[in-house]
Amino acid sequence: MSATRAAVPPRHKRDDPGGRPVDPRRGSTLLRHLAVVLAVGLLLVAVSYSVEPFRNFQLATVAAYLCATAGLTVLTGLNGQLSLGHGALMATGAYTVALCQTAFADRGMTGGWLLPLSLGAAIISTVAVGAVVGVAAARLRGPYLAGVTLAVAVVVPALAVTFDGVFNGEQGLSVPVEPPPLSLGPYFPYERWQLWVTGAATLLALLLLANLIRSRYGRTFRAVRDDEVAARLAGIHVARTQVLAFVVSAATAGLGGALLAVLAQSVSPGAFSLTLSLFLLMAVVIGGLGRLTGALWGAVLLVALPDLTHSVTEMLTLSPAVAQRLEGNLPLAIFGLTLIVVMIAAPGGVQGLLSRLGRALLARRSTRRS
Amino acid sequence: MHRKARRGLAIASTLALLITAAGCSGDDGPGSGGASVPGVTDTEIVVGTHMPLTGPASAGYSKIAPATKAYFDYVNANGGVHGRKITYKIMDDGYNPANTQQVVRQLVLQDKVFAILNGLGTPTHTGVLDFLKSNRVPDLFVASGSRSWDQPDKYPGTFGFNPDYTVEGKILANYAKANLGGQKVCFLGQDDDFGRDSLAGVEKVLGATAVAVKQTYVTSNTNVAPQIGAFKAAGCQVVVLATVPGFTALSVGTAARLGFKPQWLVSNVGADHPTLAKQLGAAAPLLEGMVGTNYLPMQNDTANPWIQLFTKVNKEHNGDAPFDGNTVYGMSVGYLFVQTLLAAGKDLTREKVLEAVQKGGFQGPGLVPLRFSATDHSGYGGQRLSRVSGGVQSYFGPAYETDEADGSVNEYTATPAAPPANGVPTVS
Repeated sequence: MSATRAAVPPRHKRDDPGGRPVDPRRGSTLLRHLAVVLAVGLLLVAVSYSVEPFRNFQLATVAAYLCATAGLTVLTGLNGQLSLGHGALMATGAYTVALCQTAFADRGMTGGWLLPLSLGAAIISTVAVGAVVGVAAARLRGPYLAGVTLAVAVVVPALAVTFDGVFNGEQGLSVPVEPPPLSLGPYFPYERWQLWVTGAATLLALLLLANLIRSRYGRTFRAVRDDEVAARLAGIHVARTQVLAFVVSAATAGLGGALLAVLAQSVSPGAFSLTLSLFLLMAVVIGGLGRLTGALWGAVLLVALPDLTHSVTEMLTLSPAVAQRLEGNLPLAIFGLTLIVVMIAAPGGVQGLLSRLGRALLARRSTRRS
Repeated sequence: MHRKARRGLAIASTLALLITAAGCSGDDGPGSGGASVPGVTDTEIVVGTHMPLTGPASAGYSKIAPATKAYFDYVNANGGVHGRKITYKIMDDGYNPANTQQVVRQLVLQDKVFAILNGLGTPTHTGVLDFLKSNRVPDLFVASGSRSWDQPDKYPGTFGFNPDYTVEGKILANYAKANLGGQKVCFLGQDDDFGRDSLAGVEKVLGATAVAVKQTYVTSNTNVAPQIGAFKAAGCQVVVLATVPGFTALSVGTAARLGFKPQWLVSNVGADHPTLAKQLGAAAPLLEGMVGTNYLPMQNDTANPWIQLFTKVNKEHNGDAPFDGNTVYGMSVGYLFVQTLLAAGKDLTREKVLEAVQKGGFQGPGLVPLRFSATDHSGYGGQRLSRVSGGVQSYFGPAYETDEADGSVNEYTATPAAPPANGVPTVS
């Protein structure tokens, strides 16, 4: 450990790389991230060929959730703003993509460029909503902020029901999505194509987020989180920073929701309930706040947990009535329990635990060597 | 250097985990070979369903799939179908279309089921129609009366079970026209195809302007006081309900609180008396006089041979769960599916099952005929009216048959078939 690193307070040791003097040998942050994204992308393609369709679909769902959890990590973990309304922002993106795709289909428009266009529209509309909420959020602290975002989480799905002429009430809208391009072959599995689309979009979003975090803006985000007064004294416009963080976070949440709608080929208010908002927050806390890898664990958890509880209830031989009750409610209970256990045992979340383990291993190796 | 190593370690461990998770069930199985049929072996047929075991629509409905499973267990205990045992995988979707997407994909792609049987709910099942079509999975006897299931050109593998909601609306309105003439008719429907199709049927019979007040509800909002209040304010005398059981109970209860006592005419999906009485608890007497519809034997008609059979199956294979209309429904679905499998023959394929359903001619517990043909994929073609009297729900009058278009509502007089002696259908 270098002397400079030891001088930084322990909490910031890992998630504050921007605070250290840049090592000239490390080269461009962007290039490094690009290399990682490229490697992960290639690996994703390889994985998509080696696993069965349902796993592809699950991985695609993880990717869609990862967009949202990564954005929430930036907002809550790096900027210190709590949002209970990210499910609603996902709904905004999802409905935008549904309306765009339906409009395209109704006009008989086809082509591979339509989906990126709809996804772009979804991001723009969520940015607009995020900016409005963000401006309000920048004036509020703690429980008041939680209250406002909670209201957003409740109001947005209710809007879909109120204006059922446009949003078709609780039944929701279908999202017409074109089949994989014919150049991939007539029998190209649809789920693999879904993983490619969502994976590409998510990696792009993560690349941008990772660069943002390591940039000047990322440093101001953290400065505002740690001490608003000190940040202001350092010449940082606190409110502007908070709005920016909210907008960035909303954009990725919107993209995540849009991808989820494309995966499910349908969108309905039930898919974006208050529970989803709470699940997202729990997921990022369990995964490890403040790191994008933590967001990955959170997203994996969101997809794996219902599946896991189903297997558990199937394994236990219970009376049908008990099994039914368990299956619906067990994910919630497990999520809550996991949250408590993780907070007690590993306050840094899954990622914190992993990097602590990794460090311990490395330390042991270097002591053995010396 | 350490930082890089750490990041590398994190990435590597993530990927390793992902790959192991994927590898766990990476066996492609014979399903992709093309030669064998997914979900079918010499000794087993695996079928799956999605049901609201929890959530706003679970009241009553959560009992359907276990009842179907119980009937399958009964058939399995009697030697199965063509020597194959039926395995029924029941997945909870909480009546949330997003969950339905997940669980149906799991059933089709991971569990490799032969068919989806009796998937419940209009909004939930609508979302998986295209997925099931593109995977060529038979989508049999959907548990909802939406007209969407009856699109043979667009969805050749999808078949309904319930009479469609327009047929039902026409029969309910026909009753109002004949027996409650001159009274002010109002309508409360679920805010989706269920409510809309039902209202369309009511208006086909009574006329487009005859329904004085039309209200809708959404399952996520359990307060129907505004809607019921509007009915009361408008002086409605007859209220047609296109509601799921939870909301039938809620409407009746709310009306009583507001001191409003109309004649209720209730859709078959939300008119099962035991389910409603359980929901209302001490307030169950409020259901007195409620007129409902159904097309399967009444659960309390112990003289009916079908009810005797289903009661026996319920005792032996369903843990003697409380017996109600949902139990009868679930077992009737099971009976029809066994008939279909028998008709499809010993060399079971998905194409043969679809052919067998389209050929039609099934005789079962239903009071009205099933309409399956190459051009008609809707389920039962009519209904009979029931009334709650002295806390007992029973049929009155004849069964009726009609179409979803402008055809008239006709009486259907043929007597229903009796069940086979051992309760398991044979090849007809």
